[in-house]
Amino acid sequence: MKNRLLIARVLTAVFWGAILVFLLSYPMNNGESDVRLYAQAIYFGIAAMGLNLLTGFNGQISIGHGAFFGIGAFTSAILVQEHGWSFLATVPVAAVLALAVGVVVGFPALRVKGLYLALVTLGLAVVFPDIINKYFVDDGSGQISVRPRYLRAPSWWPSNADAPDQYAFYLALICALLLLGAAFLLIRSRFGRSLIAVRDHEAAAATVGINPAMAKLGAFGISALYAGVAGSLSVLVIGTAEANKATTFNYSIQFLVAVVVGGAATLFGPLVGGYFVVMVQDQVEKFVSSPDKLGPISIPSFLEDFFRGKEIVSPALFGIVLILMMYVMPDGLVGFTKRMYNRIWDARGKARTETPAPVLN
Amino acid sequence: MDAAIVRTDYRGIALRVVGIVAALAVVVWLVLVIADDGLELFLSQLMNGIGDGVVYASLALALVLIFKTTGILNFAQGEMALFSTYVFWKIAGWPIPVWVAIVITLALSFIGGALIERVIIRPVEQSSPLVIVIVTIGLFLAFNALAQLFFGVDVHALPRFYRFEQWDLGPLTLKSDTLVLVIVLAVECLVLYLLLQKTKVGLGLRTVASNPESAKLVGISVGNMLMFGWALAAAIGALAGILIIPLTPGLNAGSMQAVLVFAFAAAALGGFDSVIGAVVAGLIVGVANALTTQYIDFLDGIELVVPFGLILGVLLVRPQGLFGSKRVERV
Repeated sequence: MKNRLLIARVLTAVFWGAILVFLLSYPMNNGESDVRLYAQAIYFGIAAMGLNLLTGFNGQISIGHGAFFGIGAFTSAILVQEHGWSFLATVPVAAVLALAVGVVVGFPALRVKGLYLALVTLGLAVVFPDIINKYFVDDGSGQISVRPRYLRAPSWWPSNADAPDQYAFYLALICALLLLGAAFLLIRSRFGRSLIAVRDHEAAAATVGINPAMAKLGAFGISALYAGVAGSLSVLVIGTAEANKATTFNYSIQFLVAVVVGGAATLFGPLVGGYFVVMVQDQVEKFVSSPDKLGPISIPSFLEDFFRGKEIVSPALFGIVLILMMYVMPDGLVGFTKRMYNRIWDARGKARTETPAPVLN
Repeated sequence: MDAAIVRTDYRGIALRVVGIVAALAVVVWLVLVIADDGLELFLSQLMNGIGDGVVYASLALALVLIFKTTGILNFAQGEMALFSTYVFWKIAGWPIPVWVAIVITLALSFIGGALIERVIIRPVEQSSPLVIVIVTIGLFLAFNALAQLFFGVDVHALPRFYRFEQWDLGPLTLKSDTLVLVIVLAVECLVLYLLLQKTKVGLGLRTVASNPESAKLVGISVGNMLMFGWALAAAIGALAGILIIPLTPGLNAGSMQAVLVFAFAAAALGGFDSVIGAVVAGLIVGVANALTTQYIDFLDGIELVVPFGLILGVLLVRPQGLFGSKRVERV
């Protein structure tokens, strides 16, 4: 039994070590658009990590994290573009602002639960673009673009990796690693355990001395902070902060998708999910613009003609991929891997002693 | 019976007082506004609000119906309605009477809804709510894109299928739009009520909604009931789409999204498991939106604050919505 856990740990460590080495060398060997795409996957992963703390570990569904992401993005964009701040200095501001708004938004969560809460957060995602357009963007376009020269690497940044895309990539990666470490420690802390207890049974958690209100507000604030940092980084990576009816809602949904597809309530799941969401969308878009082959499979010509130039198909394909994913791996990519790992062990004749599920009446 | 500890719920009382004060404030505000700008404007905005509210109510009805039977919040409801409306637009082009086209569309939507439940939702029915949410989001994306793929990205004008008239009744101008919408909703509610309360199928649906395990034990096919619930919801959504689109600039892929957001607000406000709640809350949301947009200038551009402020306020006082049933938790 112990053996098996140990081997799993070693395998996981080796796997993620390899991924890390790959990521560290990635910007050196690849073109700018690819590097930016990967940086995008990383900040998606950060936002999903935050949402996972709320949804996966604390059991509160939010469809409003696109708004916290937007708060981070607009904070950075406005401070850099209009007030001449250096980008790095805006990241903590964005994080704190998102945290504060997150705690305020979390207050209804003390009374409102489940789907009702999801709807309140949806309201946030829907109202946010309007508020941005009315008070922060003058031309009604819903976006603030930052001049590329404001987003250059600072002078102390290592000069062998200071192209704008490399700077964005590495900064996103550093943030992701720091926040991953924070999430790791958080889950194992007293506070993290109380999040899980409140998720599993709020009333029971309260009887053993946990303060559910603190747990819920804390989860909301921290997850908003993650989303804020992700939004801030997005400005560095794509150069604009944007909020219109579609984007904020889409981001909210994509973060949720990333959490579930990667594996809710797992440490690495959201990062995998963020990568999945960004890459599948990119692949689908590439496929639709030149539909001669899907990965290594070549496509018959009549299908090719059907798909050619129909960019509209890409969300449909993405939706279908999502549904299929949920059929095959309802516990997400990471959960699925864990399950398969256990199955392989069991197949070697070491039947697991299962703890029977508690009988509910 | 378990012994219960009875305690004075000071917080509840305080919240109730706040609610009553807020309601009074709204009434005073309305009186002032009417005195200021005249009754006519107020009534016409009220009528607009009721017209919108009816549409929100019908889509909210569809959401509630699915939620009641399956416990799923269907994100794809609006896009399913959009798709149905496109189908209606196609069928309405045929040389057949318009009401036949409506019936055909509703029938197709009914079948489509049943198929979606059977083919797409059934395999994940036992999974965690999160998984189901993701599947309905997948449906949402797919339906929206497929509608554009099959029916084109242009805006299609959809004519009214009844004559446009307006009648002057003193200060009140009644449009046939509002009248048709209200009548359709009333009939819809009546039919639903009769179906759920007076037929055997309705009894089965309610049984499944309240306790699927026990329903199975007494020989009700839970699967068929769920299929029926989805089918019904799809048809109701289709009707909402057919009614609202002629009143908008035209049919396009974004048509139903705003409506869906308001319908969500209505469903939450009314309580997700209450049919009456959906109707009442739909009307409240519609009217509140119309009135505040007309009279409060600083809301210009951020009108959506109103419905969501409203649901937030109500949910803080009554977390189960206006008409929803409260859940009791056991430790």
